[in-house]
Amino acid sequence: MDAIPGRHPAPAAALGTEGPPLLRAEALTRRFGAATVLDGLDLEIRHGEFFALLGGSGSGKSTLLRLIAGFDAPDSGRLLLEGRDLAGLPPQHRPVNMMFQAYALFPHLSVFDNVAYGLRREGVRGAALARRVDEALALVGLEGLARRRPHALSGGQRQRVALARSLVKRPRLLLLDEPLGALDAGLRERTGFELRALQRRLAEAQGTAFVMVTHDQEEALSLADRVGVMQGGRLVQVDTPEALYERPATRFVAGFLGGANLLEGHVAGGLLRCAGGLALRLAGAPPPEGAPLTVALRPERIRLAAEAAAPAPGMATEPNAAAGTVREVAYRGAGSTVLVGLPGGASLRVALGPAEPPPPRGAAIRLRWPDSANVPLAD
Amino acid sequence: MRRFRALVLLPPALWLVLFVAVPLLVVLGIALSSPGEGMPPFDPPLSREAGAWAWRGTAGNFAALAEDPFYGLAFLRSLRVAGLTAGLCLLLAYPMALAIAAAPPRRRPLLLLAVLLPFWTGLLLRLAAWIGLLRDSGWVNGVLLALGLTEEPLRLLYSEPAMLLGMTHAYLPFAVLPLYATLARRDPALEEAAADLGASRWTVFRTVTLPLSAPGAAAAFLLVFIPAAGEFVIPELLGPPEAQLVGRVLWTEFFTIRDWPRAAALAVALLALLILPVALFQRLEERR
Repeated sequence: MDAIPGRHPAPAAALGTEGPPLLRAEALTRRFGAATVLDGLDLEIRHGEFFALLGGSGSGKSTLLRLIAGFDAPDSGRLLLEGRDLAGLPPQHRPVNMMFQAYALFPHLSVFDNVAYGLRREGVRGAALARRVDEALALVGLEGLARRRPHALSGGQRQRVALARSLVKRPRLLLLDEPLGALDAGLRERTGFELRALQRRLAEAQGTAFVMVTHDQEEALSLADRVGVMQGGRLVQVDTPEALYERPATRFVAGFLGGANLLEGHVAGGLLRCAGGLALRLAGAPPPEGAPLTVALRPERIRLAAEAAAPAPGMATEPNAAAGTVREVAYRGAGSTVLVGLPGGASLRVALGPAEPPPPRGAAIRLRWPDSANVPLAD
Repeated sequence: MRRFRALVLLPPALWLVLFVAVPLLVVLGIALSSPGEGMPPFDPPLSREAGAWAWRGTAGNFAALAEDPFYGLAFLRSLRVAGLTAGLCLLLAYPMALAIAAAPPRRRPLLLLAVLLPFWTGLLLRLAAWIGLLRDSGWVNGVLLALGLTEEPLRLLYSEPAMLLGMTHAYLPFAVLPLYATLARRDPALEEAAADLGASRWTVFRTVTLPLSAPGAAAAFLLVFIPAAGEFVIPELLGPPEAQLVGRVLWTEFFTIRDWPRAAALAVALLALLILPVALFQRLEERR
């Protein structure tokens, strides 16, 4: 599925790209009535990697997670864990654990008993049980809270209990369903860093891989080694965060990650000519003449041109430049987003840094961007 | 807004005062009076004599209940029968409620309706049906005799099993409904989490489903236990003649002996006895 290879490949040695994958999904299909939720999906999860499944609601990402955990069975296709077919294996016999979206902590059990639950099912008792529960609680920084009930904990603490409970059995593969989704914005980033560090430690010690489901692109890009973008029950692109962001393969990926500007046109004279007189020069070999093409242009790669006095709108025929008027300015703290109206009715989103004061609404401005900012899309 | 709230709360408050508090006070008043001639057959504990209110109440009826072991035994028998009935109802209702909660949502209303179906016929009619089934010349004995499983008809009717059968049958819906309410709104993720951590189906049930449904089970038990403790009709029609339960004692005191104060004291004592487990249940619920 690596349609466009990433420019910054992840360190292969650390991710265990050699040898067979930890988990392999082959043509996985799941239908609910008339709806096809997973549509012949192929996927490989490597030993020790942090993989994010990114998609909107209804993209099938949660269904995929439930199939891997064993709560649901595919209509066709196979799931192989270290080469072993998981078909017919109930959840309790899979060497896979899951951290649930709303944590699903047992309300009638203490933190200790919640974490101990999985070990007790394995027959671990007494001092060995206490030691491993304490280890798991220490791993997530929850020492001293073992006797509390879940309802007496904060949201962040519950998240950690859920994490400790799912890790205590030392699974080869940990599934995380929106692990940061129920946290406050402030806590989310910190917990994300901790989750990343924890996974790195577990990957080195035990080769544990994390597969996280999320609808939050920032979460996926910041945490994962590789991100799979899901749409309509398929993986539309699997890549490193950098490659995914900078070289999106499709319009959907370009729009979903970072909200790129999408520009459509035809190739003429080595340039992509779009509506409103816009001309784009692409990096590398020019595309075939006459071909229709869509290009993704990241808002943060567009710069305000120095010359303030702009020629009349519509005259900007030089490549990778545009003239327009400022329609809206949205202040974002660490910079601002400017919506620039172009002649012909189109508009461009432009992201400015904190050092660049946004132009006033209604101002006539000129924009420029480098060739490399124009990313041609496959569809 | 405040006035609106008062307006909304007025009817239920009025209802409680008129149909709970006032009758209770009347019964308590009768319980504190002494038996007398005439109609009604007691001397009111508070009466107006020579322009002044005079208190002539007595706690003697309650003292008699405590002293005469006859009453104590009746209470114990009633509590035992109520406990057995509630226990049997719970055992039968739990799998029923679990099955209804597990049924597809579209089918659940129909199944709940089926649980309530017996209420559509009168209680006496259902008891008459049990009598027809269980009596010496009844259907059950007829089948047993025809199959040669017994030489002569078994004495099924007018026995404790027959009484418990009738009571369980009559009260079962009271146990199914609260259990269903609890089991239907349980979080499926908890059971999935348990399975994910290595629990078999039975272990999931034992360690997650069952403990989390305990409040529903307690409510189901109490909803059967409380009315069953004062039940009169079913033990009279199906139970053994020697079963002196509180209901029958109450009836006898009231209608045969016409000792209204004693009967009223008995009723108050039964109420006090039944409030105890309810209060305990409430306390436990608040602690959660």
